[in-house]
Amino acid sequence: MLSRTADHLYWMARYTERAENLARMLDVTQRMSLLHAGSEGNESGWASALTIAGPEAPYRAKHGEVTPAGVMSWLCFDADNPSSIIGCLRSARENAHAVRGTLTSELWETINDTWLKVRDGDPAVLAGSGAGEFFDWVKFRSHLSRGVTIGTMLQDEALWFARLGTYLERADSTARILDVHSRRLLAGVSDVGGASDYYQWSALLRSVSAFEVYRRVYRDRITPLRVAELFILRADMPRSLHKCLNEVTELLDMVGNRHSGETARRAGILHASLHFGRIEDIFAGGLHAFLGDFVGRIYDLSDRIANDFLIPKH
Amino acid sequence: MKATAYDEMTTADGAVRPHYAAFAAWLASQPAETLARKREEADLVFHRLGITFAVYGEAEGTERLIPFDMIPRILPAAEWSQLAAGLRQRVRALNAFLGDIYHDQEILKAGHIPAMQVLQNVQYRPEMQGLDVPGGIYAHIAGVDLVRAGAGEFYVLEDNLRVPSGVSYMLEDRRMMMRLFPDLFARCRVAPVEHYPDTLQEVLRTVAPIGVSNPTVALLTPGHFNSAYFEHAFLAQQMGIELVEGQDLFVADEQVFMRTTQGPRQVDVIYRRLDDDFLDPLAFRQDSMLGVPGLLSVYRAGRVTLANAIGTGVADDKSIYPYVPEMVRFYLGEEPLLNNVPTYMLRKPDDLAYVLDHLPELVVKEVHGSGGYGMLVGPAATKQEIEDFRARVVAAPEKYIAQPTLSLSTCPIFVEQGIAPRHIDLRPFVLSGREIRIVPGGLTRVALREGSLVVNSSQGGGTKDTWVLED
Repeated sequence: MLSRTADHLYWMARYTERAENLARMLDVTQRMSLLHAGSEGNESGWASALTIAGPEAPYRAKHGEVTPAGVMSWLCFDADNPSSIIGCLRSARENAHAVRGTLTSELWETINDTWLKVRDGDPAVLAGSGAGEFFDWVKFRSHLSRGVTIGTMLQDEALWFARLGTYLERADSTARILDVHSRRLLAGVSDVGGASDYYQWSALLRSVSAFEVYRRVYRDRITPLRVAELFILRADMPRSLHKCLNEVTELLDMVGNRHSGETARRAGILHASLHFGRIEDIFAGGLHAFLGDFVGRIYDLSDRIANDFLIPKH
Repeated sequence: MKATAYDEMTTADGAVRPHYAAFAAWLASQPAETLARKREEADLVFHRLGITFAVYGEAEGTERLIPFDMIPRILPAAEWSQLAAGLRQRVRALNAFLGDIYHDQEILKAGHIPAMQVLQNVQYRPEMQGLDVPGGIYAHIAGVDLVRAGAGEFYVLEDNLRVPSGVSYMLEDRRMMMRLFPDLFARCRVAPVEHYPDTLQEVLRTVAPIGVSNPTVALLTPGHFNSAYFEHAFLAQQMGIELVEGQDLFVADEQVFMRTTQGPRQVDVIYRRLDDDFLDPLAFRQDSMLGVPGLLSVYRAGRVTLANAIGTGVADDKSIYPYVPEMVRFYLGEEPLLNNVPTYMLRKPDDLAYVLDHLPELVVKEVHGSGGYGMLVGPAATKQEIEDFRARVVAAPEKYIAQPTLSLSTCPIFVEQGIAPRHIDLRPFVLSGREIRIVPGGLTRVALREGSLVVNSSQGGGTKDTWVLED
């Protein structure tokens, strides 16, 4: 397969996943802010959202102060911001368009349709209670794209590179969401174990569709340690880091070429650390340090994959 | 003018021509609602498949469907075999001409064509001088535009030897007709065209560089903003070859490679749908982002085949067109089987004077124009348009040729109110490899506006399925 074709497929999937994760992240930010209305935690939640989503300087240049309305408009519908939801969906569509002949017509139509709807959508609806609905819609369209991808595409390189994009993006995003929010929650709250704390952590769980999952797996009260374990180490949790690395290592095996041995080795080491890791050890070494290191390694893998198979990004 | 047009389906006194008899009987038996439903179905399917072309000059990314008409253009077997013989002859002569002007230039020495006309032509590529190409073939794919005039005789309007397009519509139109009216194909013996991609691939493989037994063929496209991108993707997919852009290819060790997920892979034959100017920024336009740096040097070393070859544009240039019958006589020692349209060359003072006196009757074309841009159709133009064009011609007469307005033949199409005749042309695709192959028929383009003679898709033309009946 042409490197460029693989590159477009990979980024099509990454941007689709990124839009979904942005919606999830903003959704949890909004839920958390409702719990804290008027207090300090409110602003810091929105600032965290900005940190997760990309560089902060362009936001500051346009909006100045971090305000809920400013962050929402910047990260949802601002076409000038390539890291906004609309920016990601546009990039997903552009990448799909460039390799339209490689996609099934169902997949192309799904991605194109998503883009047309969001492009023609009304940002004003977003204000207030409309936001939750919008986030649900973005998640739903992402589910649809993924389902159509798996349900219609030939099981060959085209699919593998798309999946590789999905799982690398998801690993990166899950790690960032957990890192930024856990840091804030573990540092800033006065009533650890109290009611507010409970709602904050459960909102975080909901951001990765894991609230019910947590209940089923642990049948216990919500603790930071367990939440982190679920996010990082549980291989049966579809958005966990471990699950993502299961997929990444397997996919790298399938697409491997003469140059990609080192990339596979590094992915394998990262995978092993999750496979055999213990959450107590991770906490002992510092959760933030661990996640920071993890995000760095995902960045390294992405870079190496671009060099081995795709179009290198300089 | 309308009164003199030749109709493909009916004679002047309204009788159905024999080769249309079976179709006409079938058409008469179809209820209007059925036909209306089929029309909607056709629109829907074309939309869903995304068979579109981009339109230059409109908002970026504007894509339109090419209108498709359900009444086929039918040619009887005997007529087609004459046309095919004429096309073979003409393309053989054109390839011989290209080989000659890039080598010994016999035809110029013999004085049949003014040397300046060829050697000073912007489409003449000095880089090609003395270069031998596999099989001596330059124009592997030619799209020769034919029209039928008042008395029923055919004329060649132009020889498209650079990157002719439209063959995907020929194939899709047939697929659509067979889908809509399978029973019709049971009644009429229509020569198949579906093997075109196979034939093209075979031709491309036979012109691989010497010594390459199992060549890798790729289709080079300018990218998805090009108006014919759909066709590029379609043909690559049908032939099972890679659709590459310039950035996918690179030159190393006197070879062309494409970047794949499994590492570099050598490419032997490039079916390029990119103009000469953009092929290699080191050799031609330096600002080209679409080409492959170093491609020309590999080509000149004979390590890659380009189809079509570089520099074919000099042979389909409108200023060279009047000499094609002469080429047939000179290279083949035969009389031309196909007619040329009488052509005035405005660089000649006598021709210029005549044309300026007769603008309202003539068609005036830019020598280097294509796609129906930059032309004047005298009989259809307003006084103001004619005067504007006169000024342009006077300013630079050498840039123009003129021809009498041919009353292009008509064929019925479906319109809002029933069925009405519209002007059509025909573009058969002539493939030259070890031998010349032509898929029966070609693409019939139709001017959808009543009375219009412009069939180009960029100017509101549509297409029809083209049938060659088998005996």
